[in-house]
Amino acid sequence: MTDEKGWMCGKILSELGADVVKVERPGGDPARDIGPFYHDIPDPEKSLYWFAYNTNKRGITLNIQTRRGQEIFQQLVTGADFVIESFSPGYLSGLGLGYSQLSEINPKIIMTSITPFGQTGPYKDYKGCDLVAMAMGGFMYVCGDADRPPVRISIEQAYPIAGAEAAAGSLIANHYRILTGEGQHVDVSMQECIAREIFMELCFWDALREIPVRAGQCRRRMTAYQRDIWPCKDGHLGFRILGGRFGAETLQALTEWMDTENMAGSLKGMDFESLDMSKMTPAESDELENTLCQFFLKHTKEEIYQKAVEKNMLLCPGYTPRDLAEYEQLKERNFWAELQYPELDTTIKHPDGFLRSSEVKCQIQKRAPLIGEHNEEIYGQNLGISKGELAHLKKEGII
Amino acid sequence: MNSRAKSNRDRLPLEGVKVLDFSIAFMGPDLTRTLSAFGAEIIKVESIYQHELTRVSAPFKDNVAGINRSFVFAVMNTGKYSITLNLKHPRSAEVVKRLVTWADIVVENFAPGSAEKYGLDYEQLRELKPDITVLSLSAQGATGPYSMHPGYGFNLLALCGFSHLTGWPDREAAVPVGAYTDFILPWFAIAAILAALDYRLRTGKGQHIGGSQLEISPQFLIPAILDYTANGRVQTRCGNRSSSASPHGAFRCRGDDRWCVIAVSSDEEWETFCTVIGSPEWTKDPKFNTLWGRKDNEDELDKLVEAWTVFFTAEEIMTRMQAFGVASGVVQSIKDVVDDPQLKHRRTFQFLEHPELGTHICENLAFRLSKCKVEWKRPAPCLGEHNEFVYTKLLGMSEEEFVELLNDGVFE
Repeated sequence: MTDEKGWMCGKILSELGADVVKVERPGGDPARDIGPFYHDIPDPEKSLYWFAYNTNKRGITLNIQTRRGQEIFQQLVTGADFVIESFSPGYLSGLGLGYSQLSEINPKIIMTSITPFGQTGPYKDYKGCDLVAMAMGGFMYVCGDADRPPVRISIEQAYPIAGAEAAAGSLIANHYRILTGEGQHVDVSMQECIAREIFMELCFWDALREIPVRAGQCRRRMTAYQRDIWPCKDGHLGFRILGGRFGAETLQALTEWMDTENMAGSLKGMDFESLDMSKMTPAESDELENTLCQFFLKHTKEEIYQKAVEKNMLLCPGYTPRDLAEYEQLKERNFWAELQYPELDTTIKHPDGFLRSSEVKCQIQKRAPLIGEHNEEIYGQNLGISKGELAHLKKEGII
Repeated sequence: MNSRAKSNRDRLPLEGVKVLDFSIAFMGPDLTRTLSAFGAEIIKVESIYQHELTRVSAPFKDNVAGINRSFVFAVMNTGKYSITLNLKHPRSAEVVKRLVTWADIVVENFAPGSAEKYGLDYEQLRELKPDITVLSLSAQGATGPYSMHPGYGFNLLALCGFSHLTGWPDREAAVPVGAYTDFILPWFAIAAILAALDYRLRTGKGQHIGGSQLEISPQFLIPAILDYTANGRVQTRCGNRSSSASPHGAFRCRGDDRWCVIAVSSDEEWETFCTVIGSPEWTKDPKFNTLWGRKDNEDELDKLVEAWTVFFTAEEIMTRMQAFGVASGVVQSIKDVVDDPQLKHRRTFQFLEHPELGTHICENLAFRLSKCKVEWKRPAPCLGEHNEFVYTKLLGMSEEEFVELLNDGVFE
């Protein structure tokens, strides 16, 4: 029953084999109006945003604000194992469909609620979205260039993170149900999900009472801010100057390569085994950084990556969505699923299941449902509602 | 109240689940600490020659490095037992056999090839215990041309597409927090492990699960990937902009480096927003009436909004906006987050006593189960702290055998 905040939860359960039914309001989930759209045509049946996170699910429409709609929903709950929802706290209880009410109908039911701030507490009724969660959870404060406003990641992260945590929580509750036969209520806070992502900052605060700040391509490390993202000729790289056990081999190989182009500068002859960035003066580390930057800017990310793979260097290219879609590693591993979209007369390439199992297939098999696509199947076959009544329910705006 | 219900109340959902944990860094340890919080027993296997990586990750207690002094290790390993075992010792195999027989689940992220060498790959483990569930975590998966390439979250986040999508369109890519791809993986792995436990209860079978940062990360970028695979468009970073809301950004407030965020989606919310800021003249300009109009004039709009926000504290903006139902929040620093009244209410941050760190903060999980309390049984272990307990009590070795193996250097 969730909007975009909780889609990921049902998606994960569906890929683990659950039969997930998406309950939308008549006319469809308003989040179907969020782009990007297939061929840029705004249409609730063409939202790629919706397609992305509702694969494998079946879909029905139901107006739970009507008495009859509530009865039908209760009937659905009788046969369900999980209810996943993201309404404002208290909304479902107001309709007689809260956890305590549903658990009377089905004591085994697990209800998972995904909200911006959680079910209780001073901010429970605050309005939230991805941006608010990223701000209130402390992520943005340490993200972005120092001379500009703090930023989130340009595509929603708090939603899929909250959905994934919700799936983990729901399945822990499921294990308790296996042991005891009892269901329960799982309360997920988006703000709290993000607050858990900044645990390095938490450690610096706890250990040193220091507040890390945003520094563009650099991050708080040891005693200073160190660069993790480096520009190159056609994009950027993920790389960190590290000495000793983790970094010496990489720096050695890089220096040898740079030397063939007479660009090794101060790196030449350096003892990388004993290199300790925390003992360098800012001038020394700037010099080192500049030498590396000059070299990277002469080469493309693929050139550098191929050399990194050959020489076992701890270094990666900065990939775009296109690079990922065309990455040989993912192709070789059959990572992509070509999903059929008969209504659009096309197929679209999706990322397939999130992991591999020796026993079961964790897979995406079908595209997200159309609005009310499975109404007849679920109301008719599963609940035994007659064709006549279905037509009536449709006319009354209940389904 | 019957006695069954009473006894259920004291039960933890994962009590009796036994996990043998060879994983290092973030993704593996983060997921096993969660299992521990819900009652699973975790034996973390290290060696004095190769201890867990994050034992040497800053920050340290009093800024002095030491294998039991890292706050990073402490937060990631709460509630576990630590044993030392030298896998290169010829007699380690007999100990491994007993550990595996004890376990329900093995978690590992060895470098490619190492698991086989130590007899810890799935094929060898299932011979020791046929219904074992093995979770193997990796950077890019166990097969494929790049499977051998080393990677950690701090640079894999670039390969996995996150830095490309972080920052400003006219600037270099920026880096998102932490070892980002390490941090977003555990929830998928926990879901998979619990599904595997359920599967074993129903079928009696174990299984091998493989998860990689490269393949879980795209799950967080699917709309951008489909925009490419269906439309051929390569999305790029766009600051804080959103196609479905405007204003949608961080705005400067009163004070030093203080910011608030405001997100306005529908035209109805726009009207409310205008009322909250006192309906200045510019809000009546019809070009701002619709989302599309606001999107077309967003640079100008952002400046006008900020000309208002700079006169207030970020907290004042949030309170005013939220009073009328407009989504808004403070861009909170870690100090603000630790002091946040909502997170205090949820007890997000808890305190543990650690023998070397003293009192330190440990994080709760982001979900609450109405019938199961999270229990941090003990602080993160010192290296090899539980050798005697695990080898003699949990595995049932005799004192003589324990001492003999100890003297032989097996437990180094």
